[in-house]
Amino acid sequence: MNAATRKKNNRPEKKRQGEFKRRFDMWLLQHAQAFIYSLGQYIKHPVSNLLTTAVIGISLALPTSFYLLLDNVRHISSSWDGSLQITLFLETDVDEARAAEFANGLKQNNAILETTLIKRADALAEYQKLSGFADALNTLEENPLPNVVLVKPKLDTGDNMQTENLIKELEAMPEVDNAQYDSRWIKRLLYILDIINRLIVILSTLLAVAVLLIIGNTIRLAIYNRRSEIEITKLFGGTDSFIQRPFLYSGLWYGVFGGIIAWLLITISMQLLQDPVRQLTNLYSSDFQLIGLGLNSSLTLFASSIALGLVGSWIAVKRHLRAIEPV
Amino acid sequence: MIRFTNVHMNYPGGNEALRNINLHIEQGAMMYITGRSGAGKSTLLRLIALIDRHTRGQIIINGQNLERVRNARIPIFRRHIGFMFQDHRLLNDRTVFDNVSLPLVIAGYRHQEIRKRVQAALDKVSLLQKANSYPMALSGGEQQRVGVARAVVHRPAILLADEPTGNLDPALSWDMMKLFEQFNQVGVTVLVASHDLDMIKRMSKRIITLKMGRILTHSGTPLET
Repeated sequence: MNAATRKKNNRPEKKRQGEFKRRFDMWLLQHAQAFIYSLGQYIKHPVSNLLTTAVIGISLALPTSFYLLLDNVRHISSSWDGSLQITLFLETDVDEARAAEFANGLKQNNAILETTLIKRADALAEYQKLSGFADALNTLEENPLPNVVLVKPKLDTGDNMQTENLIKELEAMPEVDNAQYDSRWIKRLLYILDIINRLIVILSTLLAVAVLLIIGNTIRLAIYNRRSEIEITKLFGGTDSFIQRPFLYSGLWYGVFGGIIAWLLITISMQLLQDPVRQLTNLYSSDFQLIGLGLNSSLTLFASSIALGLVGSWIAVKRHLRAIEPV
Repeated sequence: MIRFTNVHMNYPGGNEALRNINLHIEQGAMMYITGRSGAGKSTLLRLIALIDRHTRGQIIINGQNLERVRNARIPIFRRHIGFMFQDHRLLNDRTVFDNVSLPLVIAGYRHQEIRKRVQAALDKVSLLQKANSYPMALSGGEQQRVGVARAVVHRPAILLADEPTGNLDPALSWDMMKLFEQFNQVGVTVLVASHDLDMIKRMSKRIITLKMGRILTHSGTPLET
């Protein structure tokens, strides 16, 4: 290939690249215009837009705060998980030395995190102190209490099968008279949390649909208010994507500002709750702290709010923009 | 530039708006369409702009057979056309400048280019000093001239005007027609629908008269088929 033909072949290639760049620049320019124009429209009508945004914000804040509540309850109950333990009442003929050996031996079991031995003498002393039956107990010739081993299982929350198996295994041991694991109330709590979780999912879905409807309706009204503008734009060669762009960006802005309002509502509520919760937990000598919206939850909140804004406006645009033709 | 061959137009419901229209308008020509209300003047313009599609026959605009223009391409097709209406159809919440710049914004021109062209167009209709006013603050004649500026700012090949002088007094109407003549002199093909026969006769341009959807008379250059 000589230089002349190469030059000739290069030209259309360059031209195509130039055309592509021109189109891309134009696309970018028009997006920037729609972005700024829609923000301008938002600021131009502050009261009505703020009302719409507030409704969106509250609709988003409700499920988010329920979710936070659940998160906090889970956090509390997970700190109880550590205190979940199996109480082993040993046979009365097992003496203290034998009991200590037994307790140590249990630690070899993979399913067991740690064991604590309560000697029968200590148990009696504690019982005498706490029960107020000290005199009555003194009259007994023999200590009626067995040695007790507290077993902390090594397991995940709510894994009932594993716990049940461990209890059966322990009960079968010759030293053990009886194994108790009072898990009913914690089970109930876990089931209640499951139900609440499900309720929150349902509620979130309903409120998300509400947000879609609110944004869709707002955009629909905006489309009809600007009917003449759309007609003229179509008449002068505006493409559908050109015409729908500002409306989609309006949806985006509703999403962004709705997300900000939801975030503020939750953050302020958390601040208001912080002190009373601290006072309450101090009574239980716990150092529990309210979990607020972390970075991840905040990002999820904003992402869902923006997605709802875009989808809501997209539905409205698809449904109503086509119907407007120049007359 | 514009060629109609045996064109029929039926609106849904059987209303026959145009019957067997044959028409040829050369590039750079200027023509008036007259006739009573309902004679089909507006329909003719609407077919050229693809606002409606004709039901039979063939229309070729600027070398393009309109039947071959897909719906998705209509916006691009319309960018070669400028429109004028009896009711100026300006956007009242935008300044004169923003109204006139609309066709350029649609076509994706850069800001500097838009400013230059809008100023030139407003200068042409002697409204440069009103660029930042809103349409409601202008007189009827001025509003109509803003409409003219908007119709020509993107330098269309064809200018379509539907009763552009309908709301103007005779003196302003005359000025408006003279303005169209000026655009025609720089090469724009101009098509004006008007029922003001007295005035358009004085313009000494081609005139076609429509009646009941048919071409009744044709004055000026002979009718081509």
